[in-house]
Amino acid sequence: MDTRAINIESGETVISIRGLKKAFDNNIVLRGIDIDMLKGENIAVLGRSGSGKSVLIKIISGLLKQDSGTVKVLGQEVEELTEEALRELRLKIGFSFQSSALYDSMNVKENLAFPLVRNKLSLTQKEINIAVESVLHDVGLSQTIQQMPSELSGGQRKRIGIARTLIMKPEIMLYDEPTSGLDPMTCIEINNLIIKVQQQYNASAIIITHDLTCAKNTANKVTMIIDGKFLVPGSFEEIFNAKNTNTSSFYDYNFINSK
Amino acid sequence: MKEDSDVSDIVPEKKYVISYEVDLFFTGLYSVYKFIGRFFKELFSLPFEFKEIINQCYQVGYKSLPLISLTGFITGIVFTKQSRPSLAEFGASSWLPSLISIAIIRALAPLVTALIAAGKVGSNMGAELGSMKVTEQIDAMEVSGTKPFKFLVVTRITAITLMLPILVLYTGLIGMIGSYLNIHQNELTSFTAFFNSALKSISFLDITASIFKALIYGFTIGAAGCYQGYHATNGTKGVGKAANAAVVISMFMIFVEEMVIVQVVNTIR
Repeated sequence: MDTRAINIESGETVISIRGLKKAFDNNIVLRGIDIDMLKGENIAVLGRSGSGKSVLIKIISGLLKQDSGTVKVLGQEVEELTEEALRELRLKIGFSFQSSALYDSMNVKENLAFPLVRNKLSLTQKEINIAVESVLHDVGLSQTIQQMPSELSGGQRKRIGIARTLIMKPEIMLYDEPTSGLDPMTCIEINNLIIKVQQQYNASAIIITHDLTCAKNTANKVTMIIDGKFLVPGSFEEIFNAKNTNTSSFYDYNFINSK
Repeated sequence: MKEDSDVSDIVPEKKYVISYEVDLFFTGLYSVYKFIGRFFKELFSLPFEFKEIINQCYQVGYKSLPLISLTGFITGIVFTKQSRPSLAEFGASSWLPSLISIAIIRALAPLVTALIAAGKVGSNMGAELGSMKVTEQIDAMEVSGTKPFKFLVVTRITAITLMLPILVLYTGLIGMIGSYLNIHQNELTSFTAFFNSALKSISFLDITASIFKALIYGFTIGAAGCYQGYHATNGTKGVGKAANAAVVISMFMIFVEEMVIVQVVNTIR
């Protein structure tokens, strides 16, 4: 497997955001975000804590409403969708939460089967079992099938969280801090998994991260939220070779091994 | 879009303390109104989640039986022991079964069961949903195409509303058995004589009113527990606060409802 994200030059736009603004009370978080994401493309979004990175992907998935601006996902404007249409759209979006958000009361198998049981009513138990085993194999955790979330390590929880979204074969993946709180070796495993998802599922992804190694290895384009706005997205080198105090302080803090 | 995020996002401006508190109270009241309205709207919409309702009935009903049994039994014994001296003073010990049955069926069984359920089931709902909320499990459900309100809230409120009347009747029966054992020990009254005397004093209205009360209490416990849990914030502290508020609010509401229902039933009687 290639350990770098596939380069995407052109194609269908899967996410299009224009003039996105969001505030919580008097705290203005997003002040006008514009971005287009192509099919199969991975975009890493960097930024300081509290800069609105997670808010951005929650707005994309319809968990939060924007104050103004438009968010089009797979050609549909999220804010204008009916409850049922939004539910249908969400089935095409995989959301990997920072906390993994595994259901505590269910074991790994039940966690993975949950989206299928709820949404693919025509599937038999045997078909569900096959899908669960296949996706667990993809994330390299077949042995954990009967374990409870509390028995898993942080890295395993992240991978199971990603597997739970992959089982629905999403067209878009939204990763919220996929490598936060993990050791470097586990981070590499997660990075490889993100690339594998891009290659195997041809899914586009927005990767919210502080981890520059993750951004460098998993994304085609990198951008940064500064004062509620995006830097013009570019390759990792374009962003960090430009003399910008915000990006250089980010870069200086992270020790980057170019390999 | 999440419907009640609109409501919980409404925070009045903290300009003047009194008006802020008044605003907060009415905003909270409106939020509860929206929550209950959403419950009834989703209760009658597809999918009906029968499997999860049955699972919740098992959780709140069957798993509460040991505690309810013990409490009901002790209530029957203690109330009989406490009532005997007063009746004996007037030579009216033979009225004990009637007195006990009226007290247990009309008031003690619904009230004791509801208070136990508020403590056990209400706090559990507040803590469980609160924990799911703060660890983003509810959001995860939402983005995976499931309606978390329907799956988590509607099923729980429905289950406790359906199960509480059954638990109340069960508590009544266990309380009467406890009472009978105490009376039998002291007055050697036979089982048949005790229950004949006890049942003669109870009317159809008494039983209907108890079941009606249990339905209302069950809904109150479920709604308070789920509302607090579903709106929990601020991590583990918020979970504890949600569990605590679920118990306090449901217990308070149960006493208020008891007072109102007793007035209404006495008017009908």
